[in-house]
Amino acid sequence: MKAWDAIVIGGGHNGLVNACYLQRAGLDVLVLEKNDWVGGAATSRELTPGFLYSNCSYVCSLFRPEIMRDLELPRFGLQVISYEGGAVFTRDGDYLANYRDHDAHRREFARFSKRDAEAYDRYSRDVTRQCRFIQPLLMRTAPDPTSFKPRDLGELLYLGKKFVGLSAEEMALTLRFWTMSISDFLDEYFETDVIKANFALSGIIGTALGPMSPGTAYVLLHHYMGEVDGSVGAWGYARGGMGAVTKALAASFKASGGTIRTGAEVDHVLIKKGKAKGVVLAGGEEIYGKLVVSNADVKRTFLKLVEEKELPEIFLRRVRNFKIRGSSGKVNIALDSLPEFPALPKDSPVYRADMHFTDSIERMERAYDDWKAGRWSADPFLDMMIPTTLDPTMAPPGKHFMSCFVQYAPPKIDGRDWTDADRDGFAESVISQIAQYSPGFRDRIVHMEVRTPREIEAEVGLTEGNIFQGELTFDQLLFNRPVPGYAQYRSPIGGLYMCGSSTHPGGGVMGAPGRNAAAEILRDLAKPTLHMSPAHDVI
Amino acid sequence: MNHHPTIKPLADARTAAQSHFRTLRLGTPFQPRIDALALKQDWYNWAGYRAPHSLWDEELEYFAIRSQAALFDISPMTKYRIEGPDAEAYLDRVTLRDVTKLKPGRVHYTAWCDDDGFVLDDGTLFRLSPTRFRLCSQERHLPWLLDSAFRYDVTVEEETEAVAGLALQGPTSFAILRDAGFAGVERLKIFDLAEFAHEGATVTISRTGFTGDLGYELFVPTDKALSLWDRLMAAGELRGIRAIGYTALNRARLEAGLIVANADFTAAEHAIRADRLRMPDEIGLGFMIDPDKGHFNGRRAILEARSKKRLRHVLVGLEIEGNIPAEHAIVYYRKSQEVGLVSAAMWSPMAKRNIALASLQRPYGDTIVDDLWVEIYAMRELQYQKLMKKAKVVPRPFIKLDRRTANPPADF
Amino acid sequence: MTSSELNWDAIVIGGGHNGLVAAAMLAKSGRRVLLLEAGNEVGGAARTEEFAPGFRVSAVAHLLNRLHPDVVKTLELERHGLTIERGNFVPSVALSKNGPLTLHGAYGEVLTGASSAEQSAWKQLRAQLLRYAGVLKPFLSRRAPDLGNMSLAEMTGLGQTALALKRLGKEDMRDFLRVLLMNVYDLLDEQLSDDRLKGLLAFDATLGSHLGPRSPTSLLGLYYRLAGEIGGLAGAQVQPKGGMGAVVAAIRAAAEKAGVSIRHASPVARVIVEKGRAVGVVTQSGETLRAKTVVSAINPATTILDLVGPREVDTGFVRKVRNIRMKGDAAKLHLALDRPPQFPGVDAAGHKGRLVIAPSPDHVERAFNPSKYGAFSPEPVMEITLPSLVDASLAPCGACVLSAVVQYAPYALKEGWTAGKPLFLKAIMAQLEIYAPGIGATVRHAELLTPADIEARYRMPGHWHHGELQADQMLMSRPVSGWSGYDTPLEGLFLAGAGSHPGGGISGAPGLNAARRIIAMRA
Repeated sequence: MKAWDAIVIGGGHNGLVNACYLQRAGLDVLVLEKNDWVGGAATSRELTPGFLYSNCSYVCSLFRPEIMRDLELPRFGLQVISYEGGAVFTRDGDYLANYRDHDAHRREFARFSKRDAEAYDRYSRDVTRQCRFIQPLLMRTAPDPTSFKPRDLGELLYLGKKFVGLSAEEMALTLRFWTMSISDFLDEYFETDVIKANFALSGIIGTALGPMSPGTAYVLLHHYMGEVDGSVGAWGYARGGMGAVTKALAASFKASGGTIRTGAEVDHVLIKKGKAKGVVLAGGEEIYGKLVVSNADVKRTFLKLVEEKELPEIFLRRVRNFKIRGSSGKVNIALDSLPEFPALPKDSPVYRADMHFTDSIERMERAYDDWKAGRWSADPFLDMMIPTTLDPTMAPPGKHFMSCFVQYAPPKIDGRDWTDADRDGFAESVISQIAQYSPGFRDRIVHMEVRTPREIEAEVGLTEGNIFQGELTFDQLLFNRPVPGYAQYRSPIGGLYMCGSSTHPGGGVMGAPGRNAAAEILRDLAKPTLHMSPAHDVI
Repeated sequence: MNHHPTIKPLADARTAAQSHFRTLRLGTPFQPRIDALALKQDWYNWAGYRAPHSLWDEELEYFAIRSQAALFDISPMTKYRIEGPDAEAYLDRVTLRDVTKLKPGRVHYTAWCDDDGFVLDDGTLFRLSPTRFRLCSQERHLPWLLDSAFRYDVTVEEETEAVAGLALQGPTSFAILRDAGFAGVERLKIFDLAEFAHEGATVTISRTGFTGDLGYELFVPTDKALSLWDRLMAAGELRGIRAIGYTALNRARLEAGLIVANADFTAAEHAIRADRLRMPDEIGLGFMIDPDKGHFNGRRAILEARSKKRLRHVLVGLEIEGNIPAEHAIVYYRKSQEVGLVSAAMWSPMAKRNIALASLQRPYGDTIVDDLWVEIYAMRELQYQKLMKKAKVVPRPFIKLDRRTANPPADF
Repeated sequence: MTSSELNWDAIVIGGGHNGLVAAAMLAKSGRRVLLLEAGNEVGGAARTEEFAPGFRVSAVAHLLNRLHPDVVKTLELERHGLTIERGNFVPSVALSKNGPLTLHGAYGEVLTGASSAEQSAWKQLRAQLLRYAGVLKPFLSRRAPDLGNMSLAEMTGLGQTALALKRLGKEDMRDFLRVLLMNVYDLLDEQLSDDRLKGLLAFDATLGSHLGPRSPTSLLGLYYRLAGEIGGLAGAQVQPKGGMGAVVAAIRAAAEKAGVSIRHASPVARVIVEKGRAVGVVTQSGETLRAKTVVSAINPATTILDLVGPREVDTGFVRKVRNIRMKGDAAKLHLALDRPPQFPGVDAAGHKGRLVIAPSPDHVERAFNPSKYGAFSPEPVMEITLPSLVDASLAPCGACVLSAVVQYAPYALKEGWTAGKPLFLKAIMAQLEIYAPGIGATVRHAELLTPADIEARYRMPGHWHHGELQADQMLMSRPVSGWSGYDTPLEGLFLAGAGSHPGGGISGAPGLNAARRIIAMRA
């Protein structure tokens, strides 16, 4: 019976990136995907005739350009359509927009506060400094601080040097930055509620934290990382929806000789004498491989796909303690016409960008209080956009697809599972908020897909519906991600690797975990990695 | 149950200002006149305004400064109005030079630093009255200025858009102002200012400029901008008044040895890389520091850097052999060791010298001034002609014109 | 010769316990030291005061659990009247409708009232917490590392910490690095199951800070508590006889013995600055006092913004000082009771201990929520002591004093504390009534000190720690980054209060470290 060189469990973007790099290194790689389509949380699906839904992830910003180049994604059809800025609507019928042009940006802020308008440069300098510190770490394996191996010591030294290369003032800011709440951080720069809300949203998207929680300043970086050192046009819609990213990855993978099987759900990993030997599909079929890479999150991988007895107790305990609470949902809407927002001038570029209705930190934080109490937010935070204003391929002519990312939605309601009635109530909280700012909105709705953490877990397989495969708090970053001692993509089981967003550097459609895992695997196989571009310099 | 806050529509100045997104580059109050003269339509972005590089001929525009009179629109310059009983004490704490020595009706060139003694910007401070000042600068500093005002009885307001500004520079500038009817302008000595009547409003005229030549700067409320322009143009017709763009002005300022923030040094609030920050002593502004005046921002750090000899850079004027401008050339010691970078360079038509401003790593340019070289990459028909030219540290300004300070000003 | 003509080596502003410690240390080093106290007696928030006829209570801090051993030793406090004996350790009792749970000895050497499974889980967790707190402990008595300019001693100190980490063993070190900045809620969830115990720990971790148990970094609060020790045992606590004022009296006696001159009712109006150097102070009565060194043991923001004034320092520094978050959430309740209250199920020893109302971490979190928006907790959490049970002299015969620290009472209450205070008192009494039925009827007098009252009465602006004790305001960032080593941008001016590293609590550590710094600098 055939034994593959590598079997990748899960055809999400990180699984595909990983598979691509392994295949290109000369391995014979099989990707197994439980759904009838690949893509994981980066998919485009026709859920109602004529409309393509980016029904999970919805923008392309963090994907590492080094990976795009190595895997020739533009050649395989990936087109990213840049969009400009976005806006927060205010309760007094106005809005605050973000414009790419520096001076337009300043003038827009000056409508609300001249002081804040002029504070932006210093804010942006300080955030950029932090990004420059963090960014080079994305494409490196995190060192093990408890190890005395030369490589780990070398990496620690690298980290130390990065740190010592900072001025004393920067070091102090870095230390504070990592433990501050985005709300406190912004208070040091800005005075206006809506301007603070405008920046704070990047500190909470995807997390189970509110803007007043310490540690959210770091999350902001996670979302800004795409923009450092000349990644111009980093924010954009993938033409044809986010599925275009994974479609291109799949095409790249197949072109290099890789094999994908869809509709192939893995039941468990075959382990013999502490070594992974392959997988067993839900139907009982056994597939053999010299090594197995899991794109599933760490909990799913080790609590569902691997038998408890195969794992050391301390590892199991840490996996169980891994925090992977879902905090968000998604409402995807097909519209028969472009919604109107009376607050926006008709020719505003904001129609083509992201829109928000949460105009104060307090509203954001209160939305989070609901989550803590086990409820969806009564006044939710939305990150909403209409990609069809720039990409007509996603809807019939004149019609539109709207993506609403919604926070907060807990993995359980009051400790019990979500019901359909809960789901409808959740959707209503979203629709009624939009309708407040867009009269007649309800009448334009042709079809709607509502995804609570329940649906996200069921379809994509993300435990508790957590879009980052694990929270981005300090206890789960770098050498702590996913668990201490196993932050280098390996596991206690020989030949079983992890490559999902549960691993360093974490979630978002970034591809770095998949790439870094491939680098570690190839290192173990003593194979060259010449086909992997090193991380871009930050100078 | 949903709890969305209700939306209360609001129609005010804030919503009225939304439409700015349709015009990324604003016109200044003088734009109708400048547009009419902009035969080249060669624009650049000056702080969000559409400003001309050159209007019709950059050579002739430059010579208008040196031989006639040049009119340059400085409206996009950032302006702050600083007023109140504590204004003097406040500015004395914020800026380097001793403001208590700046009398009403006087202007001085100054700079201001952060706590670590790194220069935030340089600019001109106009003392309009005992309690009223105007601070003009390249970059924006409102948060810094407001935070500095904590516990001072002073108001700080940004007034860039409300005040239009013109620089009238060149040998005939005085005669033009006199002929335009600004009686008493002859009494203005260098760095003096006075207020004059114009169309029922007030125009503030100072004998200042950025050219090293005889010249004046005029500030007027926006709605009187065009009539002021016309008044000067009419009076100056026979004396060769010309509107000019930045390229010409930039040459004149380099001859005068003047520096520009974010061109010759990186302003502290813009510096992402820690080693790009500069202390006043490192960019030739050490003369502004007055250790004997009251406390001022950066004092501790600046004096400590001096006493512990921690100054790492020096900004110098260079004269380079030959006539090929050394723009952004690397400076070497003994033709091999890299010691600095040229930030601005030109062949000076006035001085007939090849001049440059350069930032060097001490001790080069400070105690070691011999055997300095610049490597010029001169692009000629798609090939670099690489030239290694000897450079000599020379004092600034590169040209000194007696007419700049002559009293009474000459009637050319 | 009047004192104004005397030339002092050091003037210490503020006679709180840190000011007294700093003054005593400096005097012991041979300096002539003058301590200026604004009030009529020293002790600051650690005084014992009469709040109703015949009823006396520790003003703000009512439990001694972290007086630094170096302070006790160096100042020979035991010779000056401080007695701490193991027998005096008091338990912590988690009150509950389902019966209490008690941590005995030094922070629960023995746990009673819980299942045996919980007891063994606690034993493990306690050991782990103490181990990890132990790694951090040496930082308490050292300057925070100076990032810009690290000295050999500092490097060595950090190296020792690294070694201490390595000594934990690989897996323990990994866990340490994971949980360091975690929230307390999740850690408790991972290891414990009894809500009463978890509630108590969640309360302890967040006591005195603007955090809820679910806020990341909240676990640090617990480490901070457990890095403290008394009588040589980490986590132990005593109710001092005579109230906290008795502890202060011992420090004061040590200071006077060392030669410190103490002047009461001498609030300082400003610090005299000449050419970037602090050279003395002017009192509010107009007297000029000059000294080589000025040490401020009061709030850092008050020191810089009011006494020095922003004109003498740089804008960036003023910015940082104004950005110190110091809006506290802790209120203090004093009740004069006709008779000792009865907390059902709690034994006599328990009544002499610390009684905590924090039924679950979720409850604490819910209590925290409103404080984020400027509202007080409708169901506040609190720690209660009954000091007159330990020292009968504090109350008239048969009567009883109740002292409680209550959260969350936000400093900037939206409705203002004049309107809010009676409502908050009502909410507190409602909670007390649940756990000590009938207590309300025995109240002879109630005094509630809101953060605004504490600010006014004890000159502690906003926060009893003189600045939030959160990760981003600790170590190198306390009181502000760049100036965490007790010195200031003004030569000759030092900060020695709780606003400096390591922070608040009756530890004396900031005063101790500041004095050591001054002595080391030969200032």
